[in-house]
Amino acid sequence: MDNKRYNLKEVMSKPERLSPGHRMCAGCGGTIAVRGVLRALHEGDHAVIGNATGCLEVSSYMYPYTAYEDSYIHNAFENAGATMGGVETAFKALKKRGRLKEDFKFITFGGDGGTYDIGFQSLSGAMERGHDMVYVCYDNGAYMNTGIQRSSATPQFADTTTTPVGKESNGKIQYRKDLSAIIAEHKVPYVAQTTFLGNFKDLHTKAERAIYTPGAAFLNIMAPCPRGWRYNTPDIMEICKLAVETCYWPIFEVIDGKWMLSYEPKKKLPIEDFLRPQGRFKHLFKPGNEELIVKFQEEVDRRWEDLLFRCSQE
Amino acid sequence: MAIRERLSGNEAVSYAIKQINPDVMPAFPITPSTEIPQYVSTYISNGEMDTEFIPVESEHSSMSATIGASAAGARALTATSSCGLALMWEELYVAASNRLPVVLALVNRALSGPININCDHSDSMGARDSGWIQIYAENNQEAYDNFVQAYRISEHKDVLLPVMICQDGFITSHGVENIELLEDEEVKNFVGEFNPEHYLLNTKEAMAVGPYAVSNYYMESKKAQTEAMKNAKQVILDVAEDFAKMSGRSYGFFEEYRLDDAEYAIVIIGSAAGTTKDAIDEMRNEGKKVGLLKIRVFRPFPETEIAEALKHLKGVAILDRTDSFNAHGGPLGSEVTQALFNAKCTMEVRNYIYGLGGRDFKVSDVKKVFEDMEGLVTEGKEVEQYQYIGLRG
Repeated sequence: MDNKRYNLKEVMSKPERLSPGHRMCAGCGGTIAVRGVLRALHEGDHAVIGNATGCLEVSSYMYPYTAYEDSYIHNAFENAGATMGGVETAFKALKKRGRLKEDFKFITFGGDGGTYDIGFQSLSGAMERGHDMVYVCYDNGAYMNTGIQRSSATPQFADTTTTPVGKESNGKIQYRKDLSAIIAEHKVPYVAQTTFLGNFKDLHTKAERAIYTPGAAFLNIMAPCPRGWRYNTPDIMEICKLAVETCYWPIFEVIDGKWMLSYEPKKKLPIEDFLRPQGRFKHLFKPGNEELIVKFQEEVDRRWEDLLFRCSQE
Repeated sequence: MAIRERLSGNEAVSYAIKQINPDVMPAFPITPSTEIPQYVSTYISNGEMDTEFIPVESEHSSMSATIGASAAGARALTATSSCGLALMWEELYVAASNRLPVVLALVNRALSGPININCDHSDSMGARDSGWIQIYAENNQEAYDNFVQAYRISEHKDVLLPVMICQDGFITSHGVENIELLEDEEVKNFVGEFNPEHYLLNTKEAMAVGPYAVSNYYMESKKAQTEAMKNAKQVILDVAEDFAKMSGRSYGFFEEYRLDDAEYAIVIIGSAAGTTKDAIDEMRNEGKKVGLLKIRVFRPFPETEIAEALKHLKGVAILDRTDSFNAHGGPLGSEVTQALFNAKCTMEVRNYIYGLGGRDFKVSDVKKVFEDMEGLVTEGKEVEQYQYIGLRG
């Protein structure tokens, strides 16, 4: 897609493919991610949409109502990759045998629980086999559907219900998994990381590339959860901006193995700016915990340097 | 014209798959069913069939992809054994509740642990409540014939349930026997085209599969499944009748062997029926009135028909190739006993566990069971309600 032609008003006036009336929370990042990705489908193109079990699934297809305008399949928690791989292969078989003329696009969504953790094997298999599909992770950094338990996408020191802050605990002990890099190492044709920024051009452009690149594509979208992160719900755009400006959540693409930074902050903001508005990091700002913030910053810096190095390689 | 061949059970089922040429087959290897995806892949590589094969990374994914493909509108299948079936457990229920007519070629093998690659029925018996139709074979001919009939049953509009075609690991899957195969065209015409009413890749009508159903709806969906399972009984018989017209080979819910005038009978599933028949022939020569009821269809369970076939007996021994670990018997034992109780039968009934993890089941084991039953009935000799046979001395 020609970036210069992106027009928010035009994109926003396309018919919605996720109808209103679903039961997601007000201000949910997951819903914004889905609507953003589906808007990148060209009008008139057929699609099959999938979900891993999670908030999104139980809130968007509660019998007898579906919020999806397109054909849709949910199977279970850990198998969105394999399930959509089966749908895509059926498409190939029916095309080959002349039982289907039209084209279809295949897009499946999972939270970080269904993607980084329980569905990781199924995702890896689908990516390695190269099904012509897009796997979208809406990463809100914990198992929000079951009540905010830690995942491998949860950042260090976050207060979750299975890493509760207490006398003996400063929240999650481990760093978060870098799933985008892991999927990029599958050498699939398209991987990108994004979030909700400004006029949504970045998300829209990446979703469109992911959908219309032949072969397996992976999109990792940071999708804040107001309940799990405990920020003021209307501030979601500010939270996303801070994640990118502090380099906590850099935005980039890996196209045919080539790493490309989508945005480099002129002046990297200190990580406190991202952490402070979120209740899950409140304990880091208690006197005596300054060292934890230093550690958090060190890890952000290390990963950012890694990414700059990858993006500098020809 | 029937084709005379010598094939193993795995070869026979793979040959049926080639003749049916379904749309999509995801599979992951596991002994002893590994050969089925291997043979299918070879047929595809040689251009003898053009099914899309998906070499998935696990059995959970093979059933997940089978479900995806079937929901999309493709005729789909997979094959597995033992722990592979256990790994797809969750997905077995999803396939059945989504009413997807998929077929699974199951080669029965013991579940771990200890890990064991040989035959018993713990895998499929564990999945007996998952909502799948289960059809068992005694030998490679039956495995082939059952597979050819599977899609006609599962895709029937009154059924729309997944079907598991079971054969005994190694004993049947690897044992080479004479077999009569059908012509390709015969099989193709018999099975017919797959034309689902609703499917994901229908450009005229979008469809959603796999909802979250709260308690207001969940129970009705289960009731619909159980009604479909009841409907399957007649469909299984109708399909078998059509199959008999084509092949000359007749099938029902079960096979009765020298049962009409018998006083004592064994009820058993799978390849052990062959051994049992041999023992019965020998004992008949000695004047013993013994017979066999070999279960072919375990799901749906033909309760009244079984009771009707057994009601004249003085003693019934039910032999299970798995243990329920309920401390009083195996699954076949429980269900046949229930059938007899409901039919107000009052003969002596005993339950035996045999052949676990590939333990040999011998003619002498069969004779011992019949002797037990006769001693119990005629002399009042105590026989435990439930016992293992063939244990190391």
